[in-house]
Amino acid sequence: MTVVVSASPKDPRLLRRLLRARDRMDAASHEEWPVSRLAEISGVSEAHFSRCFKDAFGVPPHRYLLTRRIERAKALLRDTDLPITAIAFETGWNSLGTFGRVFRDVTGESPSALRDRERTLPHALEEVPHCFVRAAHRPDLKIAVSEKRRLDGPDMSSATETEVP
Amino acid sequence: MTEGVQVAGIYVHDQDEALEFYVGKLGFEVHTDARNGDFRWLTVKHPDQPTFQLGLFKPQAPVVDDATAQSLNEAVAKGAMPPLVLVVPDCRAAYDAMRKRGVEFTQEPTERYGNVDASFRDPSGNGWKMLEPQKAWA
Repeated sequence: MTVVVSASPKDPRLLRRLLRARDRMDAASHEEWPVSRLAEISGVSEAHFSRCFKDAFGVPPHRYLLTRRIERAKALLRDTDLPITAIAFETGWNSLGTFGRVFRDVTGESPSALRDRERTLPHALEEVPHCFVRAAHRPDLKIAVSEKRRLDGPDMSSATETEVP
Repeated sequence: MTEGVQVAGIYVHDQDEALEFYVGKLGFEVHTDARNGDFRWLTVKHPDQPTFQLGLFKPQAPVVDDATAQSLNEAVAKGAMPPLVLVVPDCRAAYDAMRKRGVEFTQEPTERYGNVDASFRDPSGNGWKMLEPQKAWA
């Protein structure tokens, strides 16, 4: 079902439906989330969805999805012994190379470096429900990955890269 | 008497809808439903926890101004309010029962470190974690 947005973008009922699309990405961030799929969940036209989502949550939908995938990858690196290749595919990337590059661009270190570092830290957060700890560790990605890459180091930039994982 | 928290409230967009959800779908009971003009003091309690009331409050004038009420409704609808945790003895059974009653789950029951948890939202957007603690914690 797709309906035309007649309500103001600040309508709580519209925001609630946009939240539903965000929740669905949260629940299955490894899946593909084209705008058409998200727009249908929210009952917003495809033409309006990305703008509405960004107005509501501060980031475009696909950048939001990317932060969730990185967050999940970090948790799997920390909490499991899965090989990095398996983690890349399990969290929704089609290529290990893209995963490693985006992961490094977003977090500042490689997946294996993060795994090594996390394993040496004591865990003081075990009394906090797990999901809240993970949410607090979600990458705070205020700019596009390509932009972050450009700011962090010109040698790593790639004009053809898109942030859509 | 004993000391402790008696009421903690959440903001809801529509109190009738919230009442239908918390009582009709989650199994809470009405504790107080008192009206004074447009204002409605509405609290519910869990049947196993009679000394604690969950307030279902609508942000509205004159308690807050209209613009603030709008901001609060938006924040709730965007899922930006603080975490709520409901403890249950059997997360998967509660999930099945609540889903049948139409509760919108955002995460299926998942086991982590011996705990089983699921997530759901109320119609306004308040997010709940439903937690079955591992036996040693219970």
